[in-house]
Amino acid sequence: MSVLPELGGSPRPTPPAFFEMNGVGKSFGPTESATEVLRGVNLEIREGEFVAIVGFSGSGKSTLVALMAGLLDPDQGSLRILGEPVTGPGPDRGVVFQNYSLLPWLTVRENVLLAVDQVFPKKSAVERADHAEHYIEMVNLTAALEKRPDELSGGMRQRVAVARGLAIEPRILLMDEPLGALDALTRGTLQVEIERIWARDKKTVVLVTNSVDEAVLLADRIVPLKPGPRASLGPSFPVDLPRPRDRKALNGSVTFQRTRNEVTQYLIEMQSRSTPAMSALGRSLPDLEPADLRPPRASFRS
Amino acid sequence: MSRKARVIHGCEVAGLDVFVPVVRLLSGEEPSRQIAEFGRSVGIPLLALGVFLLVWAGVASQIETSIGRVPGPAAVWEQGKALVGDHYAERTKEAQFYERMEGLKEKYAEEGRPWKDRRYSGKPTFLDQVGTSLATVFAGFVIASVVAVPIGILCGLSPTFYAAMNPLIQIFKPVSPLAWLPIVMIMVSALYTAENPFFEKSFISSAVTVALCSLWPTLINTAVGVASVEKDHLNVARVLQLSRFSTVRKIVIPSALPFIFTGLRLSLGVGWMVLIAAEMLAQNPGLGKFVWDMFQNGSSQTLAQIMVAVFTIGIIGSLLDRMMITLQNAVSYDVRSS
Ligand SMILES: Nc1ncnc2c1ncn2[C@@H]1O[C@H](COP(=O)(O)OP(=O)(O)OP(=O)(O)O)[C@@H](O)[C@H]1O
Ligand SMILES: [Mg+2]
Repeated sequence: MSVLPELGGSPRPTPPAFFEMNGVGKSFGPTESATEVLRGVNLEIREGEFVAIVGFSGSGKSTLVALMAGLLDPDQGSLRILGEPVTGPGPDRGVVFQNYSLLPWLTVRENVLLAVDQVFPKKSAVERADHAEHYIEMVNLTAALEKRPDELSGGMRQRVAVARGLAIEPRILLMDEPLGALDALTRGTLQVEIERIWARDKKTVVLVTNSVDEAVLLADRIVPLKPGPRASLGPSFPVDLPRPRDRKALNGSVTFQRTRNEVTQYLIEMQSRSTPAMSALGRSLPDLEPADLRPPRASFRS
Repeated sequence: MSRKARVIHGCEVAGLDVFVPVVRLLSGEEPSRQIAEFGRSVGIPLLALGVFLLVWAGVASQIETSIGRVPGPAAVWEQGKALVGDHYAERTKEAQFYERMEGLKEKYAEEGRPWKDRRYSGKPTFLDQVGTSLATVFAGFVIASVVAVPIGILCGLSPTFYAAMNPLIQIFKPVSPLAWLPIVMIMVSALYTAENPFFEKSFISSAVTVALCSLWPTLINTAVGVASVEKDHLNVARVLQLSRFSTVRKIVIPSALPFIFTGLRLSLGVGWMVLIAAEMLAQNPGLGKFVWDMFQNGSSQTLAQIMVAVFTIGIIGSLLDRMMITLQNAVSYDVRSS
């Protein structure tokens, strides 16, 4: 197992950190009986990089995303974007929430438009409408423009959430299991779509996923999150595969196989090292079981 | 959505679920099932109503009171028709009166005598009373909503404000309209001293009493609705950096709207119930006063007249409720209530 140190071995001079987390920790609950979900999380992301974070269910992935978005304040450590400390949420860090977080009383168009109107107040109303529709078209939902979330399938809702996240054109897009509820086929289509959008805009993307395959297919670098409590990030696994990546061709690729096996191997090892009580809870490797169709509603209190 | 689906959806939103099987039947969808469905939703209630009327007729004829035999359904129906008839008779008389006055006025003008306008002073009919009651309950309902919705929103937004309001809510919520009314009447007398009042004092007193008793469900439901806005939806607002005001306007209020309308519906129900008592006591011309006057009359017609009033109150109450259900359905985004 070749475990590379973070950003190590790169012959190029390291560009300034676009986004960095230093010794970040987060606990929930009253101080006496707090559960420490994350501890000592370090992460550095370069501009334009596509980073995938893989981890077990309940290990703290959504908590990590909320911290990066500024929706939660860390108990220890610091987060910086371009050297500036993160003090709260903002549209420079777009979030695609795990549970879509669409507003149920608004149509698809209105949901995206709400974000666009807020983030581009200088554009004319017509420009904003076009802008919103453009991103809705990108996720193939033009036919559902006037539908409300309760008339959409789970996968369609996730696509709306992705469109909304993209439409505000954030500097960094945080996606929390954005394709979790999709069938394999749609998932594949959207993976291609995400890669295409990323390649076009060279946006910095953090993708949280429970599928190692998806991570290898899309990311420049995979960072596993160790099982909680007190989860921290494992070593980075760079993905040395040419782009655009073709899923079919990749299946035969030795590099693809090797990277996937390394990451999987690492996760399994970490899993068996965590307390037996945790294993007894029946946690298995997430990408070996069907994706959790109805993810628990995470709620963040700041 | 197909046209049929739209019509069906429209029926459901309007609270006319009864007609859904008819629509389906007309479009030739599973005739036998739709007929059975229609039978259950229309036939059974009609049957039950029939049984009720029969039992009523049977029991009524057995009871003798100081003012005569208890009227059965037929007598009440006749009385209802008579009351409506009275209304039109009264209207005709009024029209004739004004016609006569016009004639007199011209005559006075010719003779150069001074003329003073006179108003028709016939007593309000049953239908007039119904109209007054509706106007009063709506006035009270509007006052209650205008007060309760903003306070409810503040309560839901700020736990501190809620903590401040909570004791007042707990204390005043259970107070009966009969206890409020005297206070309200005295206050209205003291404060409402317009020369030529547009509204009667009794009207204001009844409306304010209705408002005092009916604002609580709206207040509490609004507070609960606002407080239970999804954290995830607020997170969306936070990521977009919506201002506090925009967050309330674009996220909090729309998400609380179904709760608010549930509250409004309950409030209108309470208001209508309270109104009758308030009118009886305030002597506001309305259904309550009608019932009271009839009771004071003690004629052989009294019981039948009061029963007409009871049915009118009941039917109007349920129509108001239907109306609110329709509104509620129109604003609810995920759950369709009954
Ligand atoms: N607001 C909160 N209050 C208390 N505990 C919380 C809160 N949010 C998360 N947790 C706890 O933190 C842990 C990690 O939760 P998190 O939602 O980050 O996991 P996850 O990795 O995203 O899981 P999944 O893959 O199922 O989405 C869980 O044990 C959860 O119970
Ligand atoms: Mg999660």
